[in-house]
Amino acid sequence: MAGGNFEKYKSDGSLPGNLLEWVDARFPATSMWKGHLSEYYCPKNFNFWYFFGSLALLVLVIQIVTGIFLTMHYKPDAALNASGVPIAFASVEYIMRDVPGGWLIRYMHSTGASAFFIVVYLHMFRGLLYGSYRKPRELTWLFGVGIFLVLMGEAFFGYLLPWGQMSYWGAQVIVNLFGAIPVIGNDLSILIRGDFVVGDATLNRFFSFHVIAFPLVLVGLVAAHVLALHETGSNNPDGIEIKANKDANGIPLDGIPFHPYYTVKDIVGVVVFLMVFSLVLFFAPEGAGYFLETPNFYPADPLKTPNHIAPVWYFTPYYSILRAIVWNFFGLDAKFWGVVAMGASVVIFAFLPWLDRSPVKSIRYRGPIYKTMLTLFVICFFILGYLGTLSPSPMGELVSQVCTVFYFGFFLGMPWWSRMDKFKPVPERVTMK
Amino acid sequence: MKKFLIALLFAPLMAFASGADVHLDKWPGSVGDKPALQNGAKLFVNYCLNCHGASYIRYQKLLDLGLTEGQVKESLMFTSDKIGEQMRVAARFDEQKQWFGATPPDLTIITRARGELGNAGAGADWLYTYLRSFYRDENRPTGWNNVVFANVGMPHILYGLQGQQVLNHETHKLELAVPGQMAPAEYDKAVSDLVGFMVWMSEPQQEFRQKIGFFVLAFLGLLFVLAYALKKEYWKDIH
Repeated sequence: MAGGNFEKYKSDGSLPGNLLEWVDARFPATSMWKGHLSEYYCPKNFNFWYFFGSLALLVLVIQIVTGIFLTMHYKPDAALNASGVPIAFASVEYIMRDVPGGWLIRYMHSTGASAFFIVVYLHMFRGLLYGSYRKPRELTWLFGVGIFLVLMGEAFFGYLLPWGQMSYWGAQVIVNLFGAIPVIGNDLSILIRGDFVVGDATLNRFFSFHVIAFPLVLVGLVAAHVLALHETGSNNPDGIEIKANKDANGIPLDGIPFHPYYTVKDIVGVVVFLMVFSLVLFFAPEGAGYFLETPNFYPADPLKTPNHIAPVWYFTPYYSILRAIVWNFFGLDAKFWGVVAMGASVVIFAFLPWLDRSPVKSIRYRGPIYKTMLTLFVICFFILGYLGTLSPSPMGELVSQVCTVFYFGFFLGMPWWSRMDKFKPVPERVTMK
Repeated sequence: MKKFLIALLFAPLMAFASGADVHLDKWPGSVGDKPALQNGAKLFVNYCLNCHGASYIRYQKLLDLGLTEGQVKESLMFTSDKIGEQMRVAARFDEQKQWFGATPPDLTIITRARGELGNAGAGADWLYTYLRSFYRDENRPTGWNNVVFANVGMPHILYGLQGQQVLNHETHKLELAVPGQMAPAEYDKAVSDLVGFMVWMSEPQQEFRQKIGFFVLAFLGLLFVLAYALKKEYWKDIH
């Protein structure tokens, strides 16, 4: 569809028509417009869960645009100013107070960071609901996992920039984790920091990663994600291929053009999203201490370790998995295995297309086993996330170990349990429920 | 079943909402009370700004409290003669460190820093309680200790107003041993005003932010009606 050949535009003799013909002879304008929008056929039965892809794109744009304006006034400098405050920290407050509209831009960016993870998590959950990762969309899914990994890096680097207490100590803890890798660990963590402790060198390189390196990769991966999707066409809540039933012109019977149908529908989604976004932005910009953590209103102090260091909410499930591993294996420190488990817990999503062996894609035609497993997985994810915000405790450790075992069991056992379910017959055509 | 699972999802967040070590009195003020904020600004400049900076805010911003430039220059500017200057502290950091054991923190956004997870407003309550909880303690170098902040480095700078409290070790309650210039209720009001000023200072545009928030939501509400009607119109033939 997307790669299909569309006829080049023939002018009707008008000035805009002539212009478009001129462009079309030199650039695939009509072809791209048709292939990706006006003649890209989507299943007509998308439901609520299908809003989050376009919303993720919207948040990406919000983050890039607000980020550009923040960069105009933010200063990545750990030196102290005349009032004894790190310049980086003071520059954020400068944006909040002295730059006209700066507080709005900054809150959009800080709220946008959390919003990004919310919509991406919901977008991924949609994939789990309807088997969107399965053949032939494995590459779309892999690019998506790549986006998720880069997004995590992007968020981690960005979190250091306000140079508050939690920025500083969070980065210190996470970079120290690399020290647990045998042989190269110590040198690797020094290489990442550019210093023996988190300092000005770290702040400047994280700034560089955050404003250029990672966004560049992110945008490239998003393009690849969308291109791969448009090559295969979208999945749908019934998990069946609409391309299997085409009319005489080769148009899927259950397909409707993305534009105008889904553009007008996504506008509704965008407006609702912006309402929720504005509620946080204008009335609770700290997100009850989850979006802007209160200790981060203290400037970074390398001599004062906070009692309790916790990452931002979107990292806490993985942080819990890291802390759940307390045993040494093969003569290697538990911390190392914790890092391995944390990394594996994110990367394991990439293997889903090959782990899932059920004959149907959508949860609508799967049986009680999948429904139970998925529900328990989500509950485990929430519990791990919650425990990650707390100080370590023996009870919390035990619960997080149980959840960690289930988390990995969900994926590693999938080749077996996904096959055992009681399946319902899959319809020939999509259903509009 | 579904409801139960949803309840299970949110249970951890509920459990979190409760739980603080020391009981904090609720700050009774509001950031909309201009006369209280003006009084708070006066107290802040006269008592706090000698040791603590408020270096993210400029004197000029105090005009937003309904004061004239003349009033600000006359009665609030002791550390600078330019109204565009930040509210810096006159003392030197290294000297302060010697005097108190630690450099007194900048107070511009202290109410936000003292907030809690799940309750961002707790910072105001903490300050309101803290500034009323100093008591005499001869074991401390400054002669003062605090119920909310044990072994605090800061002496009771407002003791002239409040008087001197002692801690009754049997009831664990504070008692006023030597009365100050203000009656207890008067002192509570003064502290409330002072905390109000600090809440305002932590984000001077907070009222404006909420005000335009309503307009933004109203606009989006209108846009939703239009967008939904547009979608309905386009989709009426899709079955």
